[in-house]
Amino acid sequence: MNNVFVYCEIDKTTVEEVSFELLTKGRKLANELGVQLEAVVAGTGIKGQVESQILPYGVDKLHVFDAEGLYPYTSKPHTSILVKLFEEEKPQICLMGATVIGRDLGPRVSSAHMSGLTADCTALEIGSYEDKRSGKVFDNLLYQIRPAFGGNIVATIVNPEHRPQMATVRSGVMKAEILDVDYKGDVVYEDVCQYVDETDFVVKVLERHVEKAKNNLKGAPIVVAGGYGVGSKEGFDLLRKLAKELHGEVGASRAAVDAGFCEHDLQIGQTGVTVRPKVYIACGISGAIQHVAGMKESGIIISINTDPNAPINQLADYVITGSVEEVVPKMIKYYKANSK
Amino acid sequence: MLAKQVPDTRNVGPDAMTPEGTVNRSALPAIFNPEDLNALEQALRLKDQFPGTTITVVTMGLPKASDVLRDALYRGADDAVLLTDRALGGADTLATSYALSMAIRKIGVPDLIIGGRQAIDGDTAQVGPQVAQKLGLDQVTYVESIEDICEKSRKLTVIRRIDGGIEKVETPMPCLLTITGSAPACRPQNAKRVMKYKKAAAPAENNPKATIEIKQWGAADIDAGLEQCGLAGSPTKVKAVQNIVFKAKESKQLSGSDADVEELIVELLNSHTIG
Repeated sequence: MNNVFVYCEIDKTTVEEVSFELLTKGRKLANELGVQLEAVVAGTGIKGQVESQILPYGVDKLHVFDAEGLYPYTSKPHTSILVKLFEEEKPQICLMGATVIGRDLGPRVSSAHMSGLTADCTALEIGSYEDKRSGKVFDNLLYQIRPAFGGNIVATIVNPEHRPQMATVRSGVMKAEILDVDYKGDVVYEDVCQYVDETDFVVKVLERHVEKAKNNLKGAPIVVAGGYGVGSKEGFDLLRKLAKELHGEVGASRAAVDAGFCEHDLQIGQTGVTVRPKVYIACGISGAIQHVAGMKESGIIISINTDPNAPINQLADYVITGSVEEVVPKMIKYYKANSK
Repeated sequence: MLAKQVPDTRNVGPDAMTPEGTVNRSALPAIFNPEDLNALEQALRLKDQFPGTTITVVTMGLPKASDVLRDALYRGADDAVLLTDRALGGADTLATSYALSMAIRKIGVPDLIIGGRQAIDGDTAQVGPQVAQKLGLDQVTYVESIEDICEKSRKLTVIRRIDGGIEKVETPMPCLLTITGSAPACRPQNAKRVMKYKKAAAPAENNPKATIEIKQWGAADIDAGLEQCGLAGSPTKVKAVQNIVFKAKESKQLSGSDADVEELIVELLNSHTIG
């Protein structure tokens, strides 16, 4: 009762990275609230496969639903599982990935439970809230922080009176950290028939073609992109370090790719990938039109360039006049020093 | 077909939000939500394929949301319903889906409910699945195309976009589909239909020249419980809103000094721009 729940997504029998990120966050929230962390996973042939992947993130109780038809994911069976499980367990918080699955499942569960759901959160915190009309103060609520309005504002959403407080978070936003490889949590193998009706299985996945992307550039909230001005392969290693710290991805301009500083699939622009991150850090990129076409819809653009007149500076919200090898290590240093 | 009139988030100014944290719609140009247009095209293609199909477009909003209903009629929709009522205002996705599901019940649950994947003002993608749940329907989200309809078995085969690939899914009807922006663009308005429906208006628009009445329903018309509508029926509350509009060209000039870089990082952390 009153615990923090994370719905874990799987690819066959492998738990998705986004779920580890949420488990890590869920553990922290549970600690702050003084409650337990529980996880739910549903699939086919997962018993004995997923437990050792999930428990090390500090999961106190894992609910495993293993039956034919639960993989690949379809809406109704997974909805039925969570709706009934939540009626029994009454979680206070439920986190899911803001993935195709989480964004399909989350709203259905929230609709059935009449509880609030906030999509695509970029930060989750615990805090209090005063309802201005009634003057009632709610403690220990989940602050669901998300950009809204095409990324022009950041809103903090709360669900004062309804449970569970549900939120989805995109892959790569939170950081996954194993708590203890030998963490002792309970595993419950649930009787699927008690939760899912035969009629829930009418939607069939006929075919599936999925290729694992080598990078997550397209959906990355933060992109650190390098241009010719980065100067070398080693220079790109520096950008990778910054991207890793910020949970972002590395991209490149065509000039950097052509110069052999990095792989071709990192190219951003008209002939490469189009990105719309929240933050775009252009390192040593002059800003040719074809590159700009692939990143101009970015939220905040930061340009680091030795040339104060680089065309990209016209577009930038912040212009740092300086060299990449000088400024990027400072960004890493001060991010480490100031982030929580 | 479910449609939404949305503020054009590409032109957001400082007065875009009210002090209460809800959207100040009057301060922004209003447009037909882009993915709802993709959805309308899918509906129109079904009508082309199966003559006799009728398309009813439902929207919830202020009286001026009738603009998207007229636009849908211009492009080939058959009927339109405006849900407008003070009691429905300030709704989050859950309260919105409740009102829409009650309106659909009043119309009679059709073979297919179709809408855009998400609206550009909220980007939540929640209303479609929430409506499906309230009506107990199957759903397929992120649909790119409808491949086949088997009239005999009353089943639909669709292609949907999933993370890193595609899925071919079979679903029985009735069901709800949400359509992604990668689906074909909507056909243009038809000149004859524009001539006919430009005089269509909802009563709340107070257009004395209107000759065709767009159906207009309030909370009472759809038998909606007021506790589940609008602000009262919305479990999510906006605690705070921070404006992070940065106008291009007004760029902040920094040196590469330690002090400048640290100030920037702290500013980005404080605004939750980076985490």
